Amino acid sequence: MAKFIDSVKKRIKAMFPEKIQRKTIESDYVLETESLGISFGGLKAVQNVNLKISKNQIYGLVGPNGAGKTTVFNLLTGVYQPTEGTFYLNGEELRGLPQEETNHKGIARTFQNIRLFNNMSVVRNVMVGLHNQEEYKCSVLESVLRLPRHFKVEKEMRERAKELLDIFGLLEERNNLACNLPYGKQRKLEIARALATNPKLLLLDEPAAGMNPHETEDLMNTIRLIRDKFDMTVLLIEHDLKFVSGLCDKITVLNFGTVLAEGTAEEALNDPEVVKAYIGN
Amino acid sequence: MKKSFKSFAKHYMNYAVIAAVMLIFTILALATPMKASTSLLFQKITVAVIMAVSLSLVVGFLGELSLGHAGFMSIGAYLGGKIALVIIEGGDLEASNILVFVLALVIGAACAALCGFIVGFAALRLRGDYLAIVTLAFGEIVRVIFTNTSSESFGGALGLKSPSFSMKKTYILVIIGFVLILFTLFVIQNLLRSKAGRAITAIRDNEIAAKATGINVTKHKLMVFVISAAFAGVAGVLFSYANSPIKADTFDFNYSIEILVMVVLGGMGSINGSIISATLITILNDKLTVYLSGDNAVFKDLFYALILILIIIYNNAPALKGFREKYNLRNLVNKIIKPKHDPSAVRDDAARWDVVPTKIEMNEVLSTDLVIDKVGRGDDSADIRERGGNK
Repeated sequence: MAKFIDSVKKRIKAMFPEKIQRKTIESDYVLETESLGISFGGLKAVQNVNLKISKNQIYGLVGPNGAGKTTVFNLLTGVYQPTEGTFYLNGEELRGLPQEETNHKGIARTFQNIRLFNNMSVVRNVMVGLHNQEEYKCSVLESVLRLPRHFKVEKEMRERAKELLDIFGLLEERNNLACNLPYGKQRKLEIARALATNPKLLLLDEPAAGMNPHETEDLMNTIRLIRDKFDMTVLLIEHDLKFVSGLCDKITVLNFGTVLAEGTAEEALNDPEVVKAYIGN
Repeated sequence: MKKSFKSFAKHYMNYAVIAAVMLIFTILALATPMKASTSLLFQKITVAVIMAVSLSLVVGFLGELSLGHAGFMSIGAYLGGKIALVIIEGGDLEASNILVFVLALVIGAACAALCGFIVGFAALRLRGDYLAIVTLAFGEIVRVIFTNTSSESFGGALGLKSPSFSMKKTYILVIIGFVLILFTLFVIQNLLRSKAGRAITAIRDNEIAAKATGINVTKHKLMVFVISAAFAGVAGVLFSYANSPIKADTFDFNYSIEILVMVVLGGMGSINGSIISATLITILNDKLTVYLSGDNAVFKDLFYALILILIIIYNNAPALKGFREKYNLRNLVNKIIKPKHDPSAVRDDAARWDVVPTKIEMNEVLSTDLVIDKVGRGDDSADIRERGGNK
């Protein structure tokens, strides 16, 4: 009987996880991770990752397949909760927050396999991104009763979304369904939607995957444009090393969940360990 | 000015049509003695429309399968009806019948909404088939509970003797039903054509992306379940006023499925479609019951199912695509109202705030876009121009 009560107590405890005490630290970096890691059962998928990303940097995360790059992204956006270490955004600890709140705090991401709202128009996709901004606040009751604020907010949101689409050259397509855009434009739309949430840090998961050289170059320009125009810090995963070395200020190479090398693109990619990981002995 | 009027007319047409039907019905009911069966049919239609519109919010827009919608309705019917009975028996309130009805509506809706909230919690954890099973179980649990209550409380298997307005004027209930349809439309349509509606459709399209974009999935899912359940409760109270006694067996699994059929046939994510199909299916059901009486009653379900299958084949068969596009209601209306098709007007209105984001409408927009490309700027030229611009 006592055993049973214990197990019930345990289950109830598991239903209400303890509030994590989040601390703030003094930090010069936009993103700082402290020996970040996660293990699934016995498998240590990622361990001891220390990233330090300064403002306005374009930071690359590279590595062979299965190195744990996307897992790091999932840790940073709250899809997974880290089992070791923690991370700070502008000195504010974000460990243990659910996905939407991580986004509210200022981390926005795109996905490796594009995830758009396929049955909604392009402009609506971006407007969903604007949903949580302070200046577009409008309660459900106000919307249902069609109070003046609803119309004002809707109009402003649409204008803002159009502005964003204009920057990405998608203005002409704004009334098309998102799923009917060509691949390159879908990528751009996903970035536009992420930017609409007004993040401090933008995570791009293989933005150049499946693109031809022309589109890749176009994308590089777009990412630079984002950094300059939105004063943005970018962390990106990419396999195309030419793309990475052409774009990134600093990179970190991961292999088997651990950091192999870091530094400027040239340094890190010429590191003998990295060469070994990619090409073999 | 003209354009804004056009879009206004386009998006608020359903209110106008329902109000017109209501007006005609009222005039007819006052001018000539109406047959009780006609009045009953209209009353059934009003209940079905409210149910279908509220379910379409969950199924068509949130994208979750709910098989227990009749359960919410029965909660509204039983609790709203009981409250009204208690009040009426407590004192002589003949004069303020309407007031009692409104109170019953509010309480029925609130109780159903509470249950919707509980089921909504299940929806947070379960997806697809599993949620369908849970909602199904919910509907059955509610039914079994009401069947097994004592005869003093909720009437048990014999049913609850429910309140009603004066029996001679059954049309009053129909008019109230129409008003309630308008109210339901007002709330649900305005909800969908707003920020919250966009978030809801975003969750339907891609929940992971919605979370990553900062949409509070928990809040929106619960909200949808609560609102949908509340309107099912409203329909329940209306039902309990029209039928006496109400029996729990009326709100069984089959009824939930019937409402789901209305939503699916009307087109997922189309409110007007739900209204039309709810009306037609109710009429079909009613007529079949009338014509196939006695021994032939066995065939009723057979014909009903056959007709549904034929409709689905007609709607989806690829072989009939050309026929469908040539002869459909939309073309007919277009021919009558605007003989000259102006695609640019459609295009500019297409993404305005007042359009409910539906798959069907977007497809329509797309087809007009393709036409523009063919006539105006070609695909290639646009491509070249844009690439040039980016360099």
